[in-house]
Amino acid sequence: TLEACCSRAWTSCFNSTSIMAVEFEGGVVIGADSRTTTGAYIANRVTDKLTPIHERIFCCRSGSAADTQAIADAVTYQLGFHSIELDEAPLVQTAASLFREMCYRYREELMAGIIVAGWDPRRGGQVYTVPVGGMMTRQPVSVGGSGSSYIYGYVDSNYRAGMSKEECLKFTAEALTLAMERDGSSGGVVRLAVVSEQGVERQVILGNQLPKFSTV
Amino acid sequence: TEEQCWGTWGKNIKCVCFYRNALLEADINKLGFSSPAARKTGTTICGVVYKDGVVLGADTRATEGMVVADKNCSKIHYISPNIYCCGAGTAADTEMTTQIISSNLELHSLSTGRLPRVTTANRMLKQMLFRYQGYIGAALVLGGVDCNGPHLYSIYPHGSTDKLPYVTMGSGSLAAMAVFEDRYRPNMEEEEAKRLVRDAIAAGIFNDLGSGSNIDLCVITKGKVDYLRPHDMANKKGVRTGSYRYKHGTTGVLTKAVTPLNLEVVEESVQTMDTS
Repeated sequence: TLEACCSRAWTSCFNSTSIMAVEFEGGVVIGADSRTTTGAYIANRVTDKLTPIHERIFCCRSGSAADTQAIADAVTYQLGFHSIELDEAPLVQTAASLFREMCYRYREELMAGIIVAGWDPRRGGQVYTVPVGGMMTRQPVSVGGSGSSYIYGYVDSNYRAGMSKEECLKFTAEALTLAMERDGSSGGVVRLAVVSEQGVERQVILGNQLPKFSTV
Repeated sequence: TEEQCWGTWGKNIKCVCFYRNALLEADINKLGFSSPAARKTGTTICGVVYKDGVVLGADTRATEGMVVADKNCSKIHYISPNIYCCGAGTAADTEMTTQIISSNLELHSLSTGRLPRVTTANRMLKQMLFRYQGYIGAALVLGGVDCNGPHLYSIYPHGSTDKLPYVTMGSGSLAAMAVFEDRYRPNMEEEEAKRLVRDAIAAGIFNDLGSGSNIDLCVITKGKVDYLRPHDMANKKGVRTGSYRYKHGTTGVLTKAVTPLNLEVVEESVQTMDTS
C-alpha cells in the first residue's frame, strides 16, 4: 500500500522534496523546495510546503501530499483548540507531540516525514523532526525529503552553533539549492521563513536568483 | 483483519472493499470472464482565474476502455450557485462525489445563512476523498467566486489539494498545461481567458485519445454564472456525401407469396428513446 501510494498515476507525492529547518538564537529558519510530482509529471511547481500550524509554529511537509495535508489540518485544529483551552500560546513541543501521536499511531497507513519548527516563549526557537515511522526528536538542524540525502555532508560540515539569523538564511538557501541541483525530483523555487518572537517573515528565492556553485 | 482497519480513516469501507474485491477477482478469473472496465472520463479539464472570476473548461468524451461510451457527457458539475466543479477519473465517482458535497454545502449554507465559500467545498471534498484513501477515483478542478474573490483548486483522488491560478487535470492535462504555461497572464480579460481555456481543452481533445468531442465552458463571476454547453463544437459529425442505398428493382423478384396474419391490436404504447 505504501508503494502504491507513490507510484499510482494520480497520487501527488512530495517524496521528491528537500526540506530543512535550523535553530538560531531567537527563532528558527525553515526552508523547502516547491515541487509536487505525480509520477514523472510535476503537478505543482510552486507548492508551499511550509505550513503554518499556529501563529509561531510551522511544519515542513515531505512524503505523500494527501497524508501530510490531512495530518497538518488535523493538528492545526487540535493545537488551536488546546491553545484556546490554555489561553496561551502553545509550545512547539506540544505541536511536535501531536504530529508524533498521529504519525506513530497510523504509521502503517501513512507516508509522512515532517519537520516541526517554531518559537515559543518558554524555550525559544526549536526544531523537532518526525520522520516516517513516527519517532520524534529535537535537533538544532534537520533536513528531510528525498533531496536531503545529498546534503547531509554539506550540513554536517557547515553548521556551527550560534549562527545569526542572516547566516542561517544563507546556510539554508545554499543547502536547499545544492539538494535541488542534484535531486531530480526537487526543484522550482526555494521558500524560506523566519519564525521568531517578532512573528513570521517569508521570502521566496526564484530559480534564477538561487546561489550558484560550480559551473560544471 | 479487524485490527488492520483502524481509526477514522477508511475504517469500514477499506475492510469491505478489500474482502469484496478479493472475492470478486478470484471468482471471476475462475469462470473465465474479465471484470468490466469502469466508465472513465479520460478527460481534459482545466480552470483559470482571471480579472473578474474563474473560467472552467472541459471536453465531453466519456470512455469505457477503448470505446467512447458518451460523445456528449457533461463534466462540469454544479456545487452551489457560485461554485462549479469539473471532474476527471471514474465518471460515477465524480458525479456522486460532487452531488454529495453539493447537497451538504446547501445545508451548510442554510445553516450559516451565507453564500458558501470555495474553500469550504474544497475542505469537504478533500476530507471525503482522504477518508476513502484514493479508492474514489475522482480528480477535480473546483472553481468559484465568493466573498473573498475568485478561487481555483485542484483536488486529487487521494485527498491532496493545490490552490493555484491555473490548473489542468485528466489524461489530456499535459497538453492543456502546455497551452497555459505558454499564454497565461495574471488579470486577463474575460474574452482572453475564455479563449485560453478553449485552446487548452482543444489541445487535450486533439492530442489525447481519451478526450474528444465538444468543449464546455463555465464562466463564474460575482453574481453571475455562464454555463456554455457547448461553447465550441470542435468535432461536428460530418455529412455523408454518397449513399449506399440500392435503387428499387436492383434485385429482381422471382416469386411473391403474401400471408396475411389476422391480428387484433389490444394495446398500443409508444415510448420515445432519448437520443439527446
